[in-house]
Amino acid sequence: MSGFPILSLMLAVPLVAAILCLYAGDRNARMIALVATLIDFALGVVLWANFDIGGAQWQFVERADLFGRFSYKLGIDGMALMLIMLSVFLMPLCILASWDAIKQRVGLYMAMFLIMEVVMIGVFMAQDLLLFYIFFEAGLIPMYFIIGIWGGANRKYAAFKFFLYTLLGSVLMLIAMIAMIAEAGTTDIPTLLNYDFPVEMQTWLWLAFFASLAVKMPMWPVHTWLPDAHVQAPTAGSMILAGVLLKLGAYGFIRFMMPMFPDASAQLMWLVFGLSMVAVVYTSLVALVQNDMKKLIAYSSVAHMAIVTAGLFAFNQQGIEGALIIMLSHGVVSAALFFCVGVIYDRLHTREIDRYGGLAVNMPAYALFFMLFTMASIGLPGTSGFVGEFLSLLGIYEASSVVAFVCTTGIILGAAYMLYLYRRVVFGELTKDDVKAMPDLNPREWAIMAPLAAVALWMGVYPESFLAPMRSDVTTVVARLAPAKPAGDAHLAAGKPKPAAAHGENAHGSSHAGGVQ
Amino acid sequence: MTADLMLIWPELILTIGGLITLMLGTFMGDRQVGIYQLSSLLTLAAAAAAVVALFGVETTVFSGTLSVDAFGGFAKLLIYAASFICILVAPRFFTGAMRAEYPTLILFAALGMGIMASSRDLMTLYVGLELNSLAAYVLASFMRTDERSSEAGLKYFVLGALASGMLLYGISLLYGFTGTTDFAGIAAAMGGELNIGLIFGIVFVLSGLGFKISAVPFHMWTPDVYEGAPTPVTTFFASAPKVAAMALMTRVVIDAMGPAVGAWQQIVIFLALASIILGAVGAIGQKNIKRLLAYSSINNVGFMLIGLAAGTQQGVEGVLTYLLVYLVTTLGAFLVVLQLRDAGGNQVESIPALAGLSQRRPGLAAAMSVFLFSLAGIPPLFGFWPKYLVFEAAVNANLVPLAVAGIVASVIGAFYYIAIIKTMYFDDKSEVDVTGGGNAVEGTIVAASALWLSAIGYLFIPMLAVASAHAASVLF
Repeated sequence: MSGFPILSLMLAVPLVAAILCLYAGDRNARMIALVATLIDFALGVVLWANFDIGGAQWQFVERADLFGRFSYKLGIDGMALMLIMLSVFLMPLCILASWDAIKQRVGLYMAMFLIMEVVMIGVFMAQDLLLFYIFFEAGLIPMYFIIGIWGGANRKYAAFKFFLYTLLGSVLMLIAMIAMIAEAGTTDIPTLLNYDFPVEMQTWLWLAFFASLAVKMPMWPVHTWLPDAHVQAPTAGSMILAGVLLKLGAYGFIRFMMPMFPDASAQLMWLVFGLSMVAVVYTSLVALVQNDMKKLIAYSSVAHMAIVTAGLFAFNQQGIEGALIIMLSHGVVSAALFFCVGVIYDRLHTREIDRYGGLAVNMPAYALFFMLFTMASIGLPGTSGFVGEFLSLLGIYEASSVVAFVCTTGIILGAAYMLYLYRRVVFGELTKDDVKAMPDLNPREWAIMAPLAAVALWMGVYPESFLAPMRSDVTTVVARLAPAKPAGDAHLAAGKPKPAAAHGENAHGSSHAGGVQ
Repeated sequence: MTADLMLIWPELILTIGGLITLMLGTFMGDRQVGIYQLSSLLTLAAAAAAVVALFGVETTVFSGTLSVDAFGGFAKLLIYAASFICILVAPRFFTGAMRAEYPTLILFAALGMGIMASSRDLMTLYVGLELNSLAAYVLASFMRTDERSSEAGLKYFVLGALASGMLLYGISLLYGFTGTTDFAGIAAAMGGELNIGLIFGIVFVLSGLGFKISAVPFHMWTPDVYEGAPTPVTTFFASAPKVAAMALMTRVVIDAMGPAVGAWQQIVIFLALASIILGAVGAIGQKNIKRLLAYSSINNVGFMLIGLAAGTQQGVEGVLTYLLVYLVTTLGAFLVVLQLRDAGGNQVESIPALAGLSQRRPGLAAAMSVFLFSLAGIPPLFGFWPKYLVFEAAVNANLVPLAVAGIVASVIGAFYYIAIIKTMYFDDKSEVDVTGGGNAVEGTIVAASALWLSAIGYLFIPMLAVASAHAASVLF
């Protein structure tokens, strides 16, 4: 398997399919897109199965010096593998979700989604700084079309805002990249990861990267493009936006900013923590008062991403692992929640919460799935959300108890707005006639809900499957950060056993001490 | 003397070919489009072949007034290629009104531009520039009966004459204070203390050249002339003369003013930022696609000037690569404009009329989107690469604030490019039925350039890098 260019193949399949879709009729385009994304998913599974956990940091490396100044170099580590899996897993579901909802210009739509897939997995595979940037930016084009052509009433404004906002952030990153390439003399990411930039330069580079990634993330106060983009985008567009595109920012944090600029990351930790704390509380409160379901979930995404940034900047194993699991979990759960909105939107063509109510009566299966994803979003033990939030909050607590405290309130608020949403949509009296007429899930919708639910539970019950490939990568990052890491305020120390009763004193003492690090 | 003549084959071929084309037109009549078109196209091809044949020659001719080198060769190839395409697409546009003067004037303009790109003396510079300009004034008013075209010609002439005057004044100052018109001699004189006369000379020469590349604040003629001139002529103005003027400016700045970096660099930086910002802001309100592309060319010239401002070999390489990619993009975009015709075959230039073009002419709309995203510099389209190169040159020359300002301003530019894409893709179909105007030749050129710009171009980077490095190394 080692010599086979599986990563290139994963990029080529959707690309070829995208070109075919442009020339195919509506029905064929749907089929081509579904088959291509399923092939890519299958390739992803093969990739995961062949990934050597605990082996070399970079696997499946391919390199071709095609471009003179930079090279076509692909390769993945555990973190990239998991995010690629997330992308290829969500993609066929997105295609299915738009099966009936998209009726106009289907070929173009499917082509845009397939190009989106190429670009997204390309970002995670790229091992060359410029190649990464090209993939990173290229995502703007298909998303601009997806929001602008097939979006809601205010789609043009949202598409512009999305495009220009994210472009403005990214261009500063490009200047930083140019400076890095000039300083280090290479575009090779693995080499750059171990290059020690001068401390003063790091700060500038860090800020430039932050300008770009914070917008993508999105962090408060540059998150305002997200609610607009989400509300206007078609269901599948929101799914992929929340599911994968938001992860690009966090991926950039952990792939570039933290290991490449460890000193600057430590110096500016307060900035990330500060913005994250504001975001968790503020956006949760904003989510609480929304009348638009998609907007509510969009704001909840901002809040979840803020816990991710705080977890990453905790600079310890638990914090980073937790943040990564939240990224994966949020990818699945928010995509599922947007799909839940899409299901009822397709039936009633409104996202206004007050127009619904009592769906538990006539749509029991839907209510069940919606409940599961609501709980996963809140972080109920047993669902994927819990694992990530628990781990990252643990990590954050080690770094700063104040941040941990504020972030935890976000989880409580999260429970408030999600349960409030659920109550208004699903419970209550089934009074409205048009709502009464809504049928329960059809087989296609089942086929989308079931895998999402299965993964959300799998990640909640046995997160080790997802953590294992990433663990050594996180250790590498933590080790890289260790010299710059400021002391946390937790001062964790082994507790002193109480002077116990005379019998069995030694046995008690040792078991206690082992429990705390 | 004879030996010198052997080294200017491209110029000789263009002169003789231009005269033959003129004679053909005069004696066989303007109806014989095929014949004089063919003779002009063959002339350009032969001139290009002569440039290629002279590859590797690095020398100066006619007592050092003209240089034969890779830099000039690179620029000439671009100029000839653009002229070739502008002649190729013209007959269909002018239909019955096509005249033999059109290819003849383009040939003479190409001759003048070739001289501009290889001049290394203030006198040859001016001769080449005027030869090009005079041909261009006539071309702009080529449709005599059309009010807009005549107006464009007149405007171009008046403002162009003003620019030439400024340039000449600058030249006279430079000559007066250095005692020579030779670039190398001027450079030697600038190595010492700069006196006020020299600085004035630099300012005036750069202002005059600023007109020719239509850099802000000398850009006022551009939108009017681009809008008024017949579309094939506009295509020509936006492509070949930009290459020539930019190459000339590079030569003057690096060769003649090289030692006085401090004096010219701030001027070029100002021109660059002003062009990027005003080119972007000015484009936002435009309703005519040709006017919009005029602002876009101003905007792109600004980015090229960033590479020039760096004043390094890397910067010049960036400028040359930028010129090539810009040329392909601009030619493609204007050929798309040429194809925009309503059902009656009339040209459509208004942007609102393009609404819903993606449903009427999906291929054309897709190609136009590629050109526009490429002009905006959004990866993975190839327009990203030259922008990267000029910014890299600026950063490496310690001009980080310039690079940051330029790249942030590029976002303003992106706004109007995506606004046209919005019109073509998001808006409902307009009432104007833009369906006519398909053409195999133009379609092929559009498709080929769109394909090249859509990521395939990246495979040519090694080639481009070698060519531009070879060309740029001449100046250092």
